[in-house]
Amino acid sequence: MMASDPAAETTAPPADARPSAVTGALKDAIVSGLLTALLLTPLVGFRASESGTGSLVLTYRFGLVAIFAGIVMVGRFLLMVTVWNPNRPPRRVSTTPGAMARIGALAAPAVKPVFFSFAILYPFLSILMAGGLSPSRYWVDLGIYVLTYVMLGWGLNIVVGLAGLLDLGYVAFYAVGAYTFALLSTSVPINDFFAGTLGDGFWTAWAFWICLPLSGILAAMWGVILGFPVLRLRGDYLAIVTLAFGEIIRLVLINWVSLTNGGAGISSIPPITFFGVPFDSSDTGFASIFGLEFNSMHRMIFLYFVILGLAALTAIVTIRLRKMPVGRAWEALREDEIACRSLGINTTLTKLTAFATGAMFGGFAGAFFAVRIRFVSPESFTFMESAVILAIVVLGGMGSQMGVAGAAILLIGGMELLRNLSFLKADFLFGPDFDPSLYRMLIFGFAMVAVMVWRPRGLVSSRMPTVFLKQRKAVSGSLVKEGHG
Amino acid sequence: MDVFLQQLINGLTLGSIYGLIAIGYTMVFGIIGMVNFAHGDVFMVSAFIALICVLVLTTLVGLSSIFVILAITLVVAMLFTGLVSWTIERVAYRPLRGSFRLAPMISAIGMSILLSNFVQVAQGPRNKPLPPMVTDVIVVMENDGYQVTLAYKQIIIMVVTAVLLAGFWYLVQKTSLGRAQRACEQDRKMAALLGVNVDQTIALTFVIGAALAAVAGVMYLMYYGVVNFADGFVPGVKAFTAAVLGGIGSLPGAVLGGILIGLIETFWSAYFSIEYKDVAAFSILVVTLIFLPQGLLGRPEVEKV
Repeated sequence: MMASDPAAETTAPPADARPSAVTGALKDAIVSGLLTALLLTPLVGFRASESGTGSLVLTYRFGLVAIFAGIVMVGRFLLMVTVWNPNRPPRRVSTTPGAMARIGALAAPAVKPVFFSFAILYPFLSILMAGGLSPSRYWVDLGIYVLTYVMLGWGLNIVVGLAGLLDLGYVAFYAVGAYTFALLSTSVPINDFFAGTLGDGFWTAWAFWICLPLSGILAAMWGVILGFPVLRLRGDYLAIVTLAFGEIIRLVLINWVSLTNGGAGISSIPPITFFGVPFDSSDTGFASIFGLEFNSMHRMIFLYFVILGLAALTAIVTIRLRKMPVGRAWEALREDEIACRSLGINTTLTKLTAFATGAMFGGFAGAFFAVRIRFVSPESFTFMESAVILAIVVLGGMGSQMGVAGAAILLIGGMELLRNLSFLKADFLFGPDFDPSLYRMLIFGFAMVAVMVWRPRGLVSSRMPTVFLKQRKAVSGSLVKEGHG
Repeated sequence: MDVFLQQLINGLTLGSIYGLIAIGYTMVFGIIGMVNFAHGDVFMVSAFIALICVLVLTTLVGLSSIFVILAITLVVAMLFTGLVSWTIERVAYRPLRGSFRLAPMISAIGMSILLSNFVQVAQGPRNKPLPPMVTDVIVVMENDGYQVTLAYKQIIIMVVTAVLLAGFWYLVQKTSLGRAQRACEQDRKMAALLGVNVDQTIALTFVIGAALAAVAGVMYLMYYGVVNFADGFVPGVKAFTAAVLGGIGSLPGAVLGGILIGLIETFWSAYFSIEYKDVAAFSILVVTLIFLPQGLLGRPEVEKV
């Protein structure tokens, strides 16, 4: 798992003095194996387990350490004699994208239509595959869950991928959106006000549709308020400050009990309605108006299309904005801030628009989250949530929309699958106590490091310029170098 | 006055721990200009290594002298944490030198998540309590039944911190390693041309920072007697705040900032509200970065093309 990286040590000696690849590989494998064993001994070899009396007792797992060390040793050895072999001819850096990228370029025009048609057909497909409305609940729910992260990824992509601002507090805007909707929709005075003017059930029926834009606007406002003072800072300071803001907002949500009900959260948020028509079994409900048999899945499927619509809105707005001067300015800012400033771009204003736009979509997603779960609590808005969204954007290749969508499906869907890998609980593998979902964040963290080391531009790394002279040419990711951001 | 004195003692103790962690941030920032986001989790890992070491020494070896146990734990934790940090630098940061500016930061965030979840998986998610090791206290003054106490463990923390800082100061100011470090800080390319092994110097910087974080980890474990896999995050951010407040890149600044943050946090908890103590610390970070980005003792940064 942790072995030294060969890329840093390929300062090859002259050709005749090279030791045989196998000897070198063997030496390297033994060293890294021993290092792994040494690193894992204290925290994997020993475990401080709770005993019945409350004090800690030591349990031992040296076999596990040996297994990991063995895996690292064999893996290193195989890599050193094949892929990382110093005697292999060095790979040429080609100016044209590689074979994979060419296939990608051929498939590119088809990817988006295929993706969107699949997304639209997905609930119907899952009903067909699962055989009925009610059995498909799990799959539709999974689709909603994944699309929420696709949307959040696309929203953060505007800030991180397009404008190059590392925002570690994105979840704050998600929280602002969720709490805006939760507080407004459960507010008694507002309900009474509308009950007096527009009828009794009005606010419960329309709360989501009225609050959705409000949540976005409020989140964008918070983006401006938080962004204005901090956007002068350089990249990594900005990251830390946004992280601090995210934490401050979460701590305030926990401690301002009179407004937010503290850690207990806000429950009994009214459910989503079909533009005022509730999803219930009454005569005025969705099912009887459309002549269907009542099924609670109707609401789920509607939720799916709402989040699909919101995600599509995010994507379309981003694509349009990229072609406008402000989008161009974002991308220029990401590549080189000083050059930008010297060309007369108002960097503060440009950053602020990116921050606010990203925050607005975070707010939309937050309102959707609140109406889906019908319960909000500060627990849902921890730093880890920001980190997951950031991991999606980073892994997808910052700036690439399809890459981000792919990464969201891969990470969130993959993690969900991990939960279901019950065969791993077999006795000969990990035993019945093994909980694969515990490894979720471990894999996230590992993936972030691995992507940065091997493919810093993410999984979809080629850049398609939005401005071009005669012919649109994709640029290989390895040739693109960013300036100071 | 008595409450004030008690909080002063508590604040100085807490501040010493923050100061030790802050040095790791400030040194790494000074030499390669990156915020080592995983440093807080390295601190947490060191506390866990210390926990295991104490358990091994008390249950397997059967030592009973607290001071021997503490001394051995300190050395073991420093060695292992240094090794962990060396590996992290080698695997996650060194290949990224020369990549775009945010790459090391993102890699460090990934490393931070990896470390805390690795500990969660390896050691379990629950709090790990140790029986209190040093319980004696000195009553400094007594006033209407309110005792101002100075615990032995607080004395140990302050003395160990002071001694290690002195040793560390000597290392940076007087030895060839320290000279190489300061040279790399000023101009890495020129230092390399003059025969300084830049990669090794940077790696050693990470190791020293981690060793000091390990001292903080041992002290934290001794002081609170409990450690959890998620304990790296908040102390890490506070120590970073300390580094920024003191002026990032400045070593005395990191210690000064650490002590200030420790004092602010304890006084805030005592006189205002304990719920908002983390908010206070995070707000200081924001306010410092906005209004005083060079910190108290730092030099203003000039951005070069």
